[in-house]
Amino acid sequence: MSLQHASAAEIIRLTAVDLAGKIKSRELNAVEVTKAHLDRIAEIDGEIHAFLYVDGERALASAAAIDAKISAGEEVGPLAGVPLALKDILTYTGAPTTCGSKILESWLPPYDATVTRRLLDHDLVILGKTNLDEFAMGSSTENSAYGPTRNPWDIERIPGGSGGGSAAAVAAYQAPLAIGTDTGGSIRQPAAVTGTVGVKPTYGGSSRYGLVALASSLDQPGPCARTVLDAALLHEVIAGHDPCDSTSIDRPVPDVVAAARSADISGMKIGVVTELGGEGYAPGVEQRFHEAVELLASLGAEIIEVSCPHFVYALPAYYLILPAECSSNLAKFDAMRYGLRVGDDGVASAEQVMAMTREAGFGAEVKRRIIIGTYALSSGYYEAYYGQAQKVRTLISRDFDKAFSQVDVLVSPSTPITAFKIGEKVDDPLAMYMNDLCTIPSNLAGNASASFPAGLAPEDGLPVGLQVMAPPLADDRLYRVGAALEAALESAWGGPLLDSLPERGALR
Amino acid sequence: MALSAEEVAYLARLARIELTEAELAVLAPQLDVILESVARVSEVAAEDIPPTSHALPLTNVFREDELWPSLPREQILAGAPAAEQMRFRVPRILGEEA
Repeated sequence: MSLQHASAAEIIRLTAVDLAGKIKSRELNAVEVTKAHLDRIAEIDGEIHAFLYVDGERALASAAAIDAKISAGEEVGPLAGVPLALKDILTYTGAPTTCGSKILESWLPPYDATVTRRLLDHDLVILGKTNLDEFAMGSSTENSAYGPTRNPWDIERIPGGSGGGSAAAVAAYQAPLAIGTDTGGSIRQPAAVTGTVGVKPTYGGSSRYGLVALASSLDQPGPCARTVLDAALLHEVIAGHDPCDSTSIDRPVPDVVAAARSADISGMKIGVVTELGGEGYAPGVEQRFHEAVELLASLGAEIIEVSCPHFVYALPAYYLILPAECSSNLAKFDAMRYGLRVGDDGVASAEQVMAMTREAGFGAEVKRRIIIGTYALSSGYYEAYYGQAQKVRTLISRDFDKAFSQVDVLVSPSTPITAFKIGEKVDDPLAMYMNDLCTIPSNLAGNASASFPAGLAPEDGLPVGLQVMAPPLADDRLYRVGAALEAALESAWGGPLLDSLPERGALR
Repeated sequence: MALSAEEVAYLARLARIELTEAELAVLAPQLDVILESVARVSEVAAEDIPPTSHALPLTNVFREDELWPSLPREQILAGAPAAEQMRFRVPRILGEEA
């Protein structure tokens, strides 16, 4: 009955909230919605390479089960039947979890991540696992052992990272929703360069259980979507206390959905971080950022310039703290209990096998960070590097505390530049690290932050993101600002930013 | 120069990564540049500042001592590189002379 209402090309352009509404009212069924997205993936993923694994049969089976529940009048979740792409660093039994690494090639996890469990319990349909920089270390997905993902805006360019697969899948209409994880910007930076929405909840706001750890004090799963309300609905599904993650916050989840629906920022105090702009920022990024801030002012927000003097040290502090944590976390890839093992010839010792396996199984960036971390934690250097970085982390948190005593949220560009060409920065790790300049402070302080589309840079026609940062557990403020900006910009543009995306496949 | 190729080789051994000569030649100068850049943290006067290891205040978490089923052994061993007698089979762990 439904094909006469909506073609597959129309289905894949619907928002998650519209899909869920139509599935619940039985105007569409979950199976045809899932099939439309699987067909889209089959059609264009050869070009985009957002997915490492497509779980088609199981997705169709779970969609059919959801349709049956709805037909039987059973209670279903607010996003029931909506397809979703899961970053391949969260476990999902029955599908491989590779983390974009050869060391975990074809590894089948024995348990579901809490985020995965919540998605399934809320009747979402998981289409497959998305590409990422190896163990989420990178800003371009070029560090994936399985090849880079391409930016749907220009396939010669990077889709950001580490969650480039999730962001590209959402931008390219392969899935209306995706899950990302953000350690230093891995949700927000890909969102910015693909013209999509990405939110990093307050640290502890969503569970890390079943998320293969990169840096345990920084990692945080969060939603990726094409609209602010869709992101809020997904946020609500995955967030909340989890006894399996002892850093998970045992407090109510902020009402992010109500905030996204309200979009009211009148009287809100918005701080512009003076340190996040100027030299090194592309002119089009600065232009769209300042236009967005003016727009927020016209909607009734009060704009205040705020200085956070230690933010300039966030990048060096992060690239000591993260390698230190990752060198410890990745020590578990020892070739004994899971994953790759090479050189086990009956003569080589366990230690030799471990060293040969890690040599063969890890890519260059993972090796770089493990070695930097080993150095920063070694006696004699510990105080000067890791210890000092931890003190700088305190000062960055204090900058935030001081700023949030004056303003409700802080804003900045999400990234200094728009999407760059694939291959351009692979041999220059420092230039690659600069992509996370604006996003890192929020991870170090553990507060909530997000990136929202702010337009296209005039010089290259590529998306620019506006970053919003809010105090811990004030995640709802992100959605309030994002929804206000989205509504104002879309009314100025006459539609969503992604309407100007180059069309591919059957949409061409 | 903060880090020589020999030092990188030593750190790699500590981290149990057997780097090739060719990799060392590429990695050592890259790591040197990274370390020089991150050393900027030392410019901050922070002597009396307490270190932060975790962004938000944490208290110890207690829970009831309840029985939970553990994962089935077969399922865990299915992901192992080698298994024998329902256990992980590992390479030699002692030296020849031991």
